[in-house]
Amino acid sequence: MEIKDIIKEENKVYSKPELLDNVHMHYCPGCSHGVVHKLIAEVVAEMGITDKTVGVSPVGCAVFAYNYIDVDWIEAAHGRAPAVATAVSRLWEENVVFTYQGDGDMAAIGTAETIHAANRGENIVMVFINNAIYGMTGGQMAPTTLVGQKTSTTPYGRRIDLNGHPLEITDILATLSGTCYVTRQSVHTPGAARKTKAALKKAFENAIAKRGTSVVEVVSTCNSGWKMSPVKANEWMVENMFDKYPLGDLKVE
Amino acid sequence: MKEEVMLMKGNEAVAHAAIRYGCDGYFGYPITPQSEVLETLESLMPWETTGMVVLQAESEVAAINMVYGGASTGKAVMTSSSSPGISLKQEGISYMAGAMLPALILNVMRGGPGLGTIQPSQADYFQATKGGGHGDYHLIVLAPASVQEMVDFVALGFDLSFKYRTPAMILADGIVGQMMEKVVLPPFRPRRTAEEIRKQCPWATTGRFGHRKRNVITSLELEPSKMEEVNHRLQECYREIEKSEPRWEEINTADAEYLLIAFGSIARICAKAMEIAREKGIKVGLLRPITLWPFPKEGVRKGAEGKKGILCVELNAGQMIEDIRLAIHDSIPVEHYGRLGGIIPSPTEVVEALEKKIIEK
Amino acid sequence: MKQEIIIAGFGGQGVLMMGKILAYSGLMDDKEVTWMPSYGPEQRGGTANVTVILSDDRISSPVLDAYDIVVALNQQSLDKFSQRVKPGGVLIYDTSGIHNLPERDDIKIIPIDAMEATFRIGHPKAYNMVVLGALLEAMDYKLPHENVLKGLQKSLPERHHHLIPLNSDAIEMGRNLLPK
Repeated sequence: MEIKDIIKEENKVYSKPELLDNVHMHYCPGCSHGVVHKLIAEVVAEMGITDKTVGVSPVGCAVFAYNYIDVDWIEAAHGRAPAVATAVSRLWEENVVFTYQGDGDMAAIGTAETIHAANRGENIVMVFINNAIYGMTGGQMAPTTLVGQKTSTTPYGRRIDLNGHPLEITDILATLSGTCYVTRQSVHTPGAARKTKAALKKAFENAIAKRGTSVVEVVSTCNSGWKMSPVKANEWMVENMFDKYPLGDLKVE
Repeated sequence: MKEEVMLMKGNEAVAHAAIRYGCDGYFGYPITPQSEVLETLESLMPWETTGMVVLQAESEVAAINMVYGGASTGKAVMTSSSSPGISLKQEGISYMAGAMLPALILNVMRGGPGLGTIQPSQADYFQATKGGGHGDYHLIVLAPASVQEMVDFVALGFDLSFKYRTPAMILADGIVGQMMEKVVLPPFRPRRTAEEIRKQCPWATTGRFGHRKRNVITSLELEPSKMEEVNHRLQECYREIEKSEPRWEEINTADAEYLLIAFGSIARICAKAMEIAREKGIKVGLLRPITLWPFPKEGVRKGAEGKKGILCVELNAGQMIEDIRLAIHDSIPVEHYGRLGGIIPSPTEVVEALEKKIIEK
Repeated sequence: MKQEIIIAGFGGQGVLMMGKILAYSGLMDDKEVTWMPSYGPEQRGGTANVTVILSDDRISSPVLDAYDIVVALNQQSLDKFSQRVKPGGVLIYDTSGIHNLPERDDIKIIPIDAMEATFRIGHPKAYNMVVLGALLEAMDYKLPHENVLKGLQKSLPERHHHLIPLNSDAIEMGRNLLPK
């Protein structure tokens, strides 16, 4: 049997979501971003909100998210995505607005914008990729970098006396009255990815129903930044990250 | 509703003008001497009438990025602040220039540097006209000299910024922000509908709507040749603005031997100085740049022809004077008179400076 | 017609509001007007002043160094502005609290006991309206009282409109403080 005899519609077991573009992603092989992009593309298409969804991309590895998912996008300044999303959501109430942010964007330079948008209960979805490192700029310390974790700016490991504690931004957001749904997920196994997809769907439904701010943290890998193979990075994440950032819902209203 | 004659502060007038223009959103953070803009908007509750969104942001940085977000969707959005707050906004302003977004920014200048003083100043001329943030860009900069112009420049600023897809700034100062004058408010104009916005701004991220290709608002381009193209496009736009949009006002320039050049409220003080000087027999004229960028080079060059000297009066240590000297290629003497730290020069003081620095030289 | 006026006193004496009512009254009488306050963190107790210009023609500078009328409501204000009354101009001052007068014979100096008059009305907040009455009476330009009433109406928030008759009476009382 030749390959062309196998590639037939009736044999199809999987296909790329229609909203994902036919382009090569710039993400490193093994990176969690690609999976999360796919899940968002699926959720948006399945919910039938493609035409009214506006994404706000961050500064960080996901800066080019607008090249991959076929909805309208605004590329925000570093950390400012929640402020940008606030205006879009308020000025176009019928639209569905989500931010897609990394740990530096969400919990360092943009902490104020993150907390205040959530505190106002803006009807937006915040997707938070927490890989405990700055991938785009070459592996520097993130606010969520674990104690002892080596990065290019903590070459001997993060020290509490020098660098402070890892910031649990998601836990903080769960305490705010403006958030209606705060959850922490991951995408390292098919089962985990399915749960993340369900979480994203719930978050987008909240935005449509104007229930307040939904936060979906995805504990992620950065195998390049962590200097590990993709498989090893997944193992390291399970062994080290989940202890500090346990998976599950932090708040469901 | 029709026109209305009112007595109000410049800051209050801006709020009324924004609502009447059909502005879609205002995002701001309190700072003296311009907090009345936000206060007036909150008290007028335009969301109940025109549907305009008003939001007190958590910082100037957040406010300007809300403006960036709103502008990305084709809405007519604005912010206001005073000097230290405008410094914070420079990030967002540069992004808007880079992404070619229309928006209106009001700076009611106070003295600096640093926290400075809450008293009036014109020390942000360089910042406003030469870029302000990073990168090669310009804002359209309008300098109001009266409460009426605070009103009129809201509409003009929005119109120009949409025409050229570039942010516009009203560069006012504490005097024009805080003083009350008679003002004619324009009639209410309905806000544009979603359909009108989509038609006027086909680039806007309003949602793909009708299955068009997606829109992306970004100032990022890592491919150098493409980034150069983006920059060339911006520069072409700036050349067009420089050609078509310079504005200025002249009073008594025809028979004048000397010229006072000043912008904003200081031009009003110079107008009084001109009256005093003319009573003393000194033939003085006044030229007031209205657009600070594009600077009215031609107007200044022609205005200077045949004059014996120019005194540039500013509430700073000498900023616009550089543009004047460039415009006239130093063909006649140009001197500067400025007060700093929030001190406002009196009209008599200006006459004395003219006599000492220009006439007696 | 052009009247260049500065009203100066303590913050809290109602100086700015008085200036606003004067400016609005002028506006109601079809004049060009400017109202330029000293502004800042001096709302209670510090010094406050406001320059009001009423004119038939377009007004140039809202900031001046010489005035047709100076109204001084405390000693500091009088010391600061009494030399800036134009020759032939008018200086109005409140006799309670002001004891050192300028030695000028080229201007008209009008003492008023506005504090005492306010006590007679029995409403301490009417103080600035009493002073306004004296100022209106001293001005060369005679603002019709009906337009002053309109100015009051425009300046006061609606919840204070029931105070307009009281204010009107206070203005009238202020007018009568001037020597005839």
